[in-house]
Amino acid sequence: MDRDQGLTDSVAQTLREAPVRTPFSRRVSAHLHRRPRLRLWALLTAPMFWLVVVYLASLAALLVTAFWSTDSFTSEIVRDWNLDNYRLIYESSVYRTIIVRTLAVALGVTAVCTVVAIPFAYYMAKVAGPREQKILVVAALMPLWVSYLIKGFSWRILVGENGVLDNTIGATPGFGTAAVVLTLSYLWLPYMVLPVYAGFERLPDSLLDASGDLGAKPSRTFWSVVLPAIFPSVVAGSIFTFSLSMGDYITVDIVGGSTQMLGNVVFDNQVYDLPFAAAMATVTVAIMVVYLRLVRRTGALENI
Amino acid sequence: MVDDAHPAVELRGLRKRFGEVVAVDGVDLEIVDGEFFSMLGPSGSGKTTVLRMVGGFELPTEGTVLLGGKDVTRLAPFERDVCTVFQDYALFPSMNVRDNVAYGLRVRGTGRVERARQADEALAGVRLAGFGDRKPAELSGGQRQRVALARALVVRPRVLLLDEPLGALDLKLREQMQMELKAIQRDVGITFVFVTHDQEEALTMSDRVAVFDAGRVEQVGTPADLYERPATAFVAGFVGTSNLLEGDAAARLFGDNGTHSVRPEKIQVSRDLSASGEPGEQAVTGTVAEVVYAGASTRFIVDLDTGGRLMALQQNRHSDSSDVAELRGSKVRLSWRRSHGISIGTTAEQPTPGRTPR
Repeated sequence: MDRDQGLTDSVAQTLREAPVRTPFSRRVSAHLHRRPRLRLWALLTAPMFWLVVVYLASLAALLVTAFWSTDSFTSEIVRDWNLDNYRLIYESSVYRTIIVRTLAVALGVTAVCTVVAIPFAYYMAKVAGPREQKILVVAALMPLWVSYLIKGFSWRILVGENGVLDNTIGATPGFGTAAVVLTLSYLWLPYMVLPVYAGFERLPDSLLDASGDLGAKPSRTFWSVVLPAIFPSVVAGSIFTFSLSMGDYITVDIVGGSTQMLGNVVFDNQVYDLPFAAAMATVTVAIMVVYLRLVRRTGALENI
Repeated sequence: MVDDAHPAVELRGLRKRFGEVVAVDGVDLEIVDGEFFSMLGPSGSGKTTVLRMVGGFELPTEGTVLLGGKDVTRLAPFERDVCTVFQDYALFPSMNVRDNVAYGLRVRGTGRVERARQADEALAGVRLAGFGDRKPAELSGGQRQRVALARALVVRPRVLLLDEPLGALDLKLREQMQMELKAIQRDVGITFVFVTHDQEEALTMSDRVAVFDAGRVEQVGTPADLYERPATAFVAGFVGTSNLLEGDAAARLFGDNGTHSVRPEKIQVSRDLSASGEPGEQAVTGTVAEVVYAGASTRFIVDLDTGGRLMALQQNRHSDSSDVAELRGSKVRLSWRRSHGISIGTTAEQPTPGRTPR
């Protein structure tokens, strides 16, 4: 009886002292719990700052700058509004060729990545055992942990004259557009493999079984059942491969030989003719906007 | 096409190992043409694996699968004259209902107009006329179920495999689908091989049932065979409520100390302890340990004076919940016809705990 009494006393004492001992972090949590608007602000201030100031504002600056021009003598920016930069891009066959080439390279890279990623992701998701699956996911991700430049120069060693390819199989695309497509495909492959892998993971095995069961050979199953199911994932991956290829200029410098892409023009002009570089960059933004609109029309974005 | 000389499906010495685990451990079965055949067993008993080996989705480690007398053991699913209704229905989400149903015909090269006609006909056959243009996502579970059925039936397979197709439906819908499935099977006359863990489902729908446990077939027979004359304690326990008595308790009532069983609904509960037994009747007294009121009926758990425990099931024809509740702790007399006492043999294994039917 006494013991019981003692216990009750100590519990009562703890209860009395409880509010005094509440740690600061607890009080902050409790305070936030009662004020949802404050909580919202605390969560969103940093990301909104990032989105509005860092991203949207700089994009707006880019768009504005493209309508200015440069004093050819001093390289100073002259803030007179005109369309000269765009007119130059439109009228010069060199720039037109570069835009078309950049588009072709971006589409080519996307195509190569798709063709390589689908069987790879299929194997990862549907064939490999759980252990092998983990190893393959890491293998697909590993290239992302290595410096871009190291990967770029590795490809330079691979495709160069007297390089690894030349010495082993006796053939190499050499420096040029083909090497750019190859290298970029290698660089952006993980961005295609991962969404496609996730797409295959979501695809129930029973759909494949059902298709075969109804008499479809594997090729028919692929075109009629698998491809429609993973198409949204391929589109998601293609947004990465396409946009990253559109803006790349370093790989082109490393393995492109004399090839130039949009990114190179932007990079080469940014010091002496920033408005023109901005106009060129706006072209890539415009192409991306068109690409995203096309993608949206396929309805694939709604299923991601 | 139908070859009467051979059973629709014949399994010989079928065995399947996944690594260390033996999922199917020597199964021999013959399934007659036009039969509604169920494979009943707890989860992990190997019934679905057997079904998948018949469908061609798994290669047996050992043994042979014959369809209409032809060895198909190593043929791909698309080379076999069987179709499967999958547990999750496996409808193609990108196609509408009609295209789903017509898929098997499209694969076989049937013309566009003809396959649309046949698909609509098949949809009407499962009471889904007019649903052809909807996407599977817009249908309810029961409707998807019927689309999957129509999709499999439209190609007129020799054997239809159904892998727990009613498992995802709620009770009311499930009972309704059981009736429909049975009616559809009678109409089309195709052999149905139905996998389920629900003993009631197997009993209501099947011509014959194979009871599976631990990768083996425990008993094959008509629903009445399994229920009235279970061959093993496992079957007695899995099909219906077991009510097993063994050892001394069994010896005092049945004369030998093997395993014996009486179905709960065969036992008459009476408060008149001195009633004289009719000829051919067996009677025993005991104390009511528990009374469970279940609406239409009441379950009595009775500790027998001779040892052991039996469950008795009484229809609540003249009693209600307050009447039966008073019986807890009181003495009652249990009686049943001697012929309803089932001897299960002395060597049979007990059903493992946790595998009792739901």
